[in-house]
Parts: sequence; C-alpha cells; structure tokens
Amino acid sequence: MTTTAFTVRADRALADPQLKLAIERTTGTARTKRAAAVAAWPEFAAARMLGKDIKDHVIAHLGHYLAEFERNALASGAKVHWARNAREACDIVVSICRDAGARSVTRAKSMLGEEIGLPHALADAGIERVETDLAEHIIQLAGDPPSHIVWPALHKTREQVGELFRAHHRDPGAMATVEAMVASARRHLRGRFMAADVGISGANFLIADSGAVCTVTNEGNAELTTTPPRVHIVTAGIEKLVPSTAHAMSLLRLLVRSATGAELTQYTTFHRGPKRAGDPDGPSEFHIVLVDNGRTRMLTDGLADMLRCLRCGACLNHCVVFRQIGGHAYGGTYPGPMGAVLTPVLDGLPLSQDLPRACTLNGQCQEVCPVAIPLPTLLRGWRDRSWREGLEPVSVRGFLGIWRFLVLHPALYRLATAAALPAMRLFGRGGWIGWMPLAGGWTRHRDLPQPSGRSFMAQTRNRKPSA
Amino acid sequence: MSSAAADAPRVGLFVTCLVDSIRPSIGFAAIALLEAAGCRVDIPRRQTCCGQPALNSGDRDGAASIAQHTIALLEPYDHVVVPSGSCAATIRVHYPELFEPGTAWHARAVSVANRTYELLSYLSDIRRWVPEGVGMAAIATYHDSCSGLRELGIEAQPRRLLAGVAGLSLRKLEGSDTCCGFGGTFCVKYPAISNAIVEEKAAHIEAAGADILLGGDLGCLMNMAGKLHRQGSRVRAYHAAEVLAGMAGGPAIGG
Ligand code: SF4
Repeated sequence: MTTTAFTVRADRALADPQLKLAIERTTGTARTKRAAAVAAWPEFAAARMLGKDIKDHVIAHLGHYLAEFERNALASGAKVHWARNAREACDIVVSICRDAGARSVTRAKSMLGEEIGLPHALADAGIERVETDLAEHIIQLAGDPPSHIVWPALHKTREQVGELFRAHHRDPGAMATVEAMVASARRHLRGRFMAADVGISGANFLIADSGAVCTVTNEGNAELTTTPPRVHIVTAGIEKLVPSTAHAMSLLRLLVRSATGAELTQYTTFHRGPKRAGDPDGPSEFHIVLVDNGRTRMLTDGLADMLRCLRCGACLNHCVVFRQIGGHAYGGTYPGPMGAVLTPVLDGLPLSQDLPRACTLNGQCQEVCPVAIPLPTLLRGWRDRSWREGLEPVSVRGFLGIWRFLVLHPALYRLATAAALPAMRLFGRGGWIGWMPLAGGWTRHRDLPQPSGRSFMAQTRNRKPSA
Repeated sequence: MSSAAADAPRVGLFVTCLVDSIRPSIGFAAIALLEAAGCRVDIPRRQTCCGQPALNSGDRDGAASIAQHTIALLEPYDHVVVPSGSCAATIRVHYPELFEPGTAWHARAVSVANRTYELLSYLSDIRRWVPEGVGMAAIATYHDSCSGLRELGIEAQPRRLLAGVAGLSLRKLEGSDTCCGFGGTFCVKYPAISNAIVEEKAAHIEAAGADILLGGDLGCLMNMAGKLHRQGSRVRAYHAAEVLAGMAGGPAIGG
C-alpha cells in the first residue's frame, strides 16, 4: 500500500457521497438498459464477432484504407491533414482557425479533441470556444475535464447542474425539471451556434469508400455545430476507419446498444465535403485532421486489439473500480478499463503505472465490450512491463522476492507457515483478527479470519498415498 | 470411502495456499467429495502456491518458475483438482501463456492445464456426481467468483450441486456476478477502493436475507466474510464444498 497521486485522487473521490450518487445514477441506468438491449438482440454474439472482425481487418490494412479515404475525401472537396501527435494536430486546427479569422468556435463533443488537448490549444490561441454538447457545456461552465467518455458530466448530479446554470446562464429561469434545465441551456447556446466562425467536431466513423465522416449524437448539437459556420473541422483518430457505410452501420448497432441501450442515436449524420453549388447550407471549407498520436505505435507494442475500441463506455459502466472512484481519479483523458490501457500510451507508464494495477482482473469489461477487446490481458501486459522496467515499489519487489523463494522451496515454506500460523493466532479473538502487523491493508477495513489451526499440509503429512 | 474402483481416476488435489493456511477444512471437504465421487485422491507433497501474486504483479519470470515447480509435481496425476476457480484458472488458462509455444515446457504446461479442474465443476461436469443424504437447514446465497465464472464458465454447477442438499434453500444475490473487490494483491495495494467495492457487496448480501454466504473461492469469501463481520452482520460464510461434504456444522469462515 503506497500513497501516489492516483491513490490521493481516488481517496478524494471515495470521500464524496455526491459523486457516488451521480456515478451510480448514470451507470446503473446504462447497465440495465444495455442488458435489456442485448437480451432483446438474439444475434448479439454474432454481431459482436462481426464487429471485431471488421475492426481487425481495417487495422491490419490501415495503410490501404487511409489512402482510399484520403483519395475520396479529397475528391469530395475536403482538405485532409495528417498529424503525427497531439501538438501537430492542435497546431493544424489553430492555424485553420486563424486563416479563417475565427474569433469564436463551436465544438461538438469529441474525446479525441480532449486527448490532443484542443480546449487548451484554442484558449492559448485566444480563440473563444463554445461547447455545444449539453454535458460538455456543463463541464465547461464548471471548468472540469470530462469524467466519462459518453457522459462527460457524469460526476455532476442534476442538482449541481441546476446550481451551475443558475450561476452562469443569462436567463436561467426555473430549474425545477430536467426539461427546464435543457431549455435554459438551449436559450443560452442558440445564439452562439449562429455566431461561430468555425465548427469543430469529431468522428465516429471515417468511411473509406466515400470519404465521408459519420457522427452520432443525441442532441442535434453536432449538426448545429457543423452546418452554420463557414469552416468545419473534423479531428479523428486514424482507427476510426471503416471500409464502407454498411460496415459503419454494423458497428453502430453495437456502439449504441452498448453505450445507452438504445437501438440508434437520435442523429446519425454523414458529412462529405464542403457545401456544393445549389446546397442550401453547409460550410464552404471542410477540413479533416487525421491523428495518429501513438496509434501506430500501439500496433507494434502488442496493443493492436485496443484500436478496435468504439468508445462506447460499457467497460466503464461495468467496472467496479470506475463505479467507486469515477473518471477524474484516473488522471488521464480516458478513464475506466479502456483508459487504464490507453493512458500509459498517451502519458507514459511511469506516470500512469497505478492504472493497470488498480484492477481486480475480474473480466467483466471484456465480457461487455462490443468488440471483444481483451482488456484484462492488455492490463496484464502493462503490469509485465512495469515489472520489467522496475517501476514497482521496492517494498513490493522485496516482499514478492522472499515469498517466491519460499514458494519454490517447499520445506522452508512449511517451516515459515508453521511459524506464522500460531503467530497470527495470537492476534485473533473469537476466530477473527481485527489488527495484525503487516496486515493493515486488510484489517483497516475488514476482519481477517484467524487460521483455524495447523496447515492442511501439516495435518495431512502422514496420510497414505492412494492405492 | 476408499472403495474406489480400479479404473478410478487418480486425482492430485492442489489445495491452494489460502486453504492450506487459513482453512484446511475446505481441503478435507474436497478429499471427502472427490472420494465420494469415485476418485483416488493424493496430495502432492511439494505443493505451495500456484503463483498468482507473481503473475498478477507482472513478474512473469517468477510466475514461470513457480509454474514449472507446480507443473512438475502435478504431472503424474490423471486429473488435478483445485478448490478455487482463480487458482484453477491460473493453472488451466495462464500457465500455458507463460511459455513459448513449441517449447517442452509449453507442452507440459498445456498437458497439465488440460487435466486441471476447479472442484465443483469437476464434481458436476466430469464426475456427474450428485449429493446424497446431505442436509443443512439454512437459507443461503451464492457469490460467483470472477475467475471461475469468466475464465472457466462456472455458474450452473455449484447451484446444481447445492440444489441436492436437503433443507438448503438458495436465494438470488443481486449482482452475484459482480466482483467483490478482493482481486488478490489488489485488496492490499488499493485497500480503500477494495473496501468501497466490498461494502456494496456486503449490502447486497444482507439484502438477500440469507443466513449463510457460499462461494467457491476462499480469497473472495474471506474478503466478504471479513467485511460482514466488521459490520456486525450475522451472515456466516462457508466454501460450498464444506456444505456439500456435510462439514459445515463447525464454525464458519472466521468463526
Ligand atoms: S474498450 Fe470496448 S467496452 Fe470499453 S469503450 Fe472501448 S469498445 Fe466500449
């Protein structure tokens, strides 16, 4: 048991009953609805394997599909930019905004935008950023980073949101119902949509055979973000590629059911190129920024499976650790099981080594993942690497070293057991140990059953072998 | 009991380090059950621990040397039986992953892995054993430990077996397939998080309205029972094997 930045954040989260309530309300509903959606879909298991195969196929032929996508996107009139890392991606976006003389940009929710630090880059460039997704709007007002990849404001209760809106909205009105709160946000945001010079969005799918970008939302804010401004910028990770619209639809069925339990999102929009002659609306410039930021390295680092991720959030909703500590405790852009795999890629293992360890390896994340990502195996991979690179605390290494020596020397192991068990019994009362040296990690929160007597191996020492 | 037929399988009982130290009665229950199911039971004398703490800490070399030690002592048996889903899964699922395919050790690991079973699923699936003349008047609830459930597919077997215990009624445990927060070294590396998880589990156990909590993994049972006891709960915990062997008359886990 060592105190680290992670455990400090986790302790803070554990001490916050409001947070617990907020997490359980949203993830509890999500779990129930997902279970119902999966139960009502007899082909789920087959669809899951198909989804896995589609993503694996694209990942194995990434170069081919990227080239095809670029060709078709250019043909549609889009401009395509390539960014090797977060910094390049932000520089590209900021320079497009500057070229457009933009003072204000609207942004539709995009985890990739968070990953590359776009909100900070825009602020540094003096460009006003208006988040248009309701949850992103909430956390922008609160000055928080997202705490969930599907519900960024998961950590706020509706009561807390009401307070925020009352404090920040020009015309908040009554906050009695969720509907009234949404109406207040709508009044606040409407004018901003129309005044923006540039709209920035993410992508759920990049469709190679047409060069189109598909986004799915439930609020319609993405459409209002991407249509009125003169310039539309899409930022997308290169793993979002699919061969065709049909493939995107196969994955969409998995994505939406796994995320919210619905069959489809309210809005499924395809953007292909800028406004054409005769179009009533649409941007006159359409930019696509394709971002690597560690993804090709994942291919060679044994993390190719992770590139299947659809960002559905099911693994977060079902994770016993996430459900107790919430998203901020993870300290990276992506929380929960998928975040514990990705954050070491993005922030480096020394800074995030707690994340792969703070997992019980119970496997529920893998079970619910719609593209069957073996998250526990990938987390084990990071633990192996931590060990090889000597990142484990010295106390842990020392303890495990002694323990391993005993395990490999049964006679000594028996002696150690014969000495330890009576010693442990000294601390017991009525069958339970409430406190014992070196066992604080256990006994601070729970009692330890007292060993019932001599060890099994000692008691069976004279047992005759079977005939 | 030792009336095993000549063709009875020779079973090596790998008792696990926790059962060895904390609760040998589970090991004795396993012997009784295996013999009742027509097996010849031996206890490999050089057994210690399956190596999970090393494996889960990323110490692959350490885990591999412990695996070699364990494989060598389990090889002589027709079957290896383990009264724990997570230790059985370590041998069955993870030992082969520790060696390069094509090497002699990989072949040996696979051979032992294929013959290794968790106790309750072995009794039910392989030996087709059903309890006879066992009774316990109690209301119980069952927690599915994660490794057994997800790595070995153990879910129906313990319930099927327990249904044959006269007088025992099994109540559904809300979230019985959700982790209890034990996680081996996790519970002492991140005690506060582990505690929050087991608190929730304890609340569900209390809500089930059962007198006893059953499971197939001592680690998880110690975690849940330890939390319940700290909270002053009256629910007592046993390994399912103790109930099936008619050995749950004595003190529960912890007393
Ligand atoms: S890892 Fe799987 S479950 Fe988790 S967000 Fe990605 S696709 Fe969804």
